Amino acid sequence: MGAEHQRGRKALDEVVRSVLPVVLALVVAGLIILAMGSNPLDFFAGVWTYGVTGSNWQRSLVLMAPLLIVAVGLIVAFRGQLWNLGYNGQYLLGAVVASGFGPYLFDAMPVWLATIVIFLGSLLVGAIWSLVPSILKARYGTNEIITSLVMSFIGIGVANLLIKGPFKDTTTPQPQTAVIGDENLLAYIPGTSIHVGLIIALVLAVVAQFVFSRTSFGLRMDIFGASPKAARHVGINSTWMVILLFALSSGLIAFAGAVDVLGQYSYQRANWNPHYGDAVMPFVFLARLSPIAAIPLVGFYAVLATGGTLAAQQAGLNVDFLLVIVGLILIFMTITEYVGERRRLGQSYLPPGLRRTLARPFQTGAARKES
Amino acid sequence: MSDLLSAAFVTVFIATVIAQAMPLMLAAVGENIGEQAGVLNLGIEGVMLIGAYTGFIVTLTTGNFWLGMLAGAVGGVVGNLAMLVLNVWLGLNQIVVGLAVTLIGEGITSVLYLQNNAKSVTSLGAPPEFKIPFLADIPVIGPALFQQSALFWVAVIFVIAAGFFLSRTNWGLSIRAAGQKPSSLDAAGGSVVKIRSHAVLLSGAFVGLGGAYLALITTSTFTPFITNGLGFIAIVITMLSRGRIILVAITSVVYGLTVAIGPALQVLGYNVSADVIKMIPFIVVILTLIVFARTSVVPPALGTSYTRGAR
Repeated sequence: MGAEHQRGRKALDEVVRSVLPVVLALVVAGLIILAMGSNPLDFFAGVWTYGVTGSNWQRSLVLMAPLLIVAVGLIVAFRGQLWNLGYNGQYLLGAVVASGFGPYLFDAMPVWLATIVIFLGSLLVGAIWSLVPSILKARYGTNEIITSLVMSFIGIGVANLLIKGPFKDTTTPQPQTAVIGDENLLAYIPGTSIHVGLIIALVLAVVAQFVFSRTSFGLRMDIFGASPKAARHVGINSTWMVILLFALSSGLIAFAGAVDVLGQYSYQRANWNPHYGDAVMPFVFLARLSPIAAIPLVGFYAVLATGGTLAAQQAGLNVDFLLVIVGLILIFMTITEYVGERRRLGQSYLPPGLRRTLARPFQTGAARKES
Repeated sequence: MSDLLSAAFVTVFIATVIAQAMPLMLAAVGENIGEQAGVLNLGIEGVMLIGAYTGFIVTLTTGNFWLGMLAGAVGGVVGNLAMLVLNVWLGLNQIVVGLAVTLIGEGITSVLYLQNNAKSVTSLGAPPEFKIPFLADIPVIGPALFQQSALFWVAVIFVIAAGFFLSRTNWGLSIRAAGQKPSSLDAAGGSVVKIRSHAVLLSGAFVGLGGAYLALITTSTFTPFITNGLGFIAIVITMLSRGRIILVAITSVVYGLTVAIGPALQVLGYNVSADVIKMIPFIVVILTLIVFARTSVVPPALGTSYTRGAR
């Protein structure tokens, strides 16, 4: 009875720790909207209207497909304590594989085969793009945060060059790729206008969860993530681990780009960058790097982004306001985590050094000596 | 061809190199101060944007470039307050908080700009010129170097001062100790939290100045996402220069060269697309990292919070 009670409390605690930061971030975002002279309630009502009501929930779920795949990709890297921050470039390169080669491949071979070739191609391109940061990290210990970010900027440039150059649709003056015909795009889930990419994403999340928690590879990942040194002692080749995890992570994120193009957009414009990785990052942490726990959180963001895009315009803000909300969630997440951990350990909420500094003005000389 | 390589062309080229190098140099010096103290500021991109926007707004309303630069520095310090409280005082994850600051900085400046300033195209015009007598009359280099805005010289002095304080004073020694081995600083009677707080605030001022320089002098305007990864390049430069301000200055000028080379090629009649020009600096950075991978060194305590007595 006691143990059960405790387990219940622990589960509740974890849910609170995941939900509270989002709530706090939304409250502060509301205050910012208020300060900018718009009505925050209108904004949040707009999010609900444009993100959920009518058939809008289907648009949200369409957005959720690439977001969830990106989330799984990030989780793979983060579980191994590798900071893959090159997601924007990786995503766009994957998308270019679909939008650039797609029109040719669908002409040349049956739809199912072309789709598989595109998906494998995007995985491969993403994996190859990650080699520079991962090899530098594995070989020389160069900080992968920076190298993956720099490669991301190069990747964005390469994607733009390809769209404006070899893959450009010559029939329009716009710098964009040729449109892939509806009959070649991913099929809809019967009865909805949501493409099967969502099912792929959900299956991927479940499979990833199984691999992480139930296989020896998952255990190896966690050991490596906890301490590369310990991993070496139990015979895990850390060089290969870095390269493999980075390639998997980057490949999955690129795959998300291909799914998004084949499922939703059917072509790609130059200078288009949806920043999915930035958006998904806080939710990946809030889900404690568990792909299944990420599903509802990513779903929540999909609604926020789908509804928020229109609602922000209505409130006189621009779409980049979503970045502020995401940043606020990250900050409140670290704070909640900190306070929660302190509470669990029965400690004061302030670190000892700071507590002394803050308490000093109110202490007499004698009391100070005692402390 | 020889016509194009005329004195005027070279003058413009040198001036472009400097204009592109200075924002990065200021930001990288700021990042360097923070990193030497053991605080990795991944929020630098957002803080630069905040500095650039506040500087832009103040100069736009007052018409004064000096006030704009000051506002940029103050904006940078305010932007870094989040890092100060969350990273240095509470010891939270520096990477997560840094990314959050970057996202918030990008988002809020973009929203504010589009709400307040997007309706009209605003250029701040050129800052007042400051001609150094005699030196400005030297052909070619004279007009490029010695006919800059006075703000350029102030920025140069700040960079030199930062280098001096970091390597030649006790305070600089404390900062480096806080990044190398915080426990030794603690044992010697210094306060790690206090020294890191100083470093983070000063770092914010430099990064904000860099952003303001970019908006006020290099581009004469503000656009959303104007920094376009400059902050991350500053982090790379900091990693490569191993805490030495002179190396920060040199690598920043090299960056300026890579940026200036694109437009110069276009003037010379080569058809280079804008995307390639934007990519050149990043490609140079990644090549440098590949070649010098072994020599990029960061302070051992970088990115870790200090808890007294913890092992």
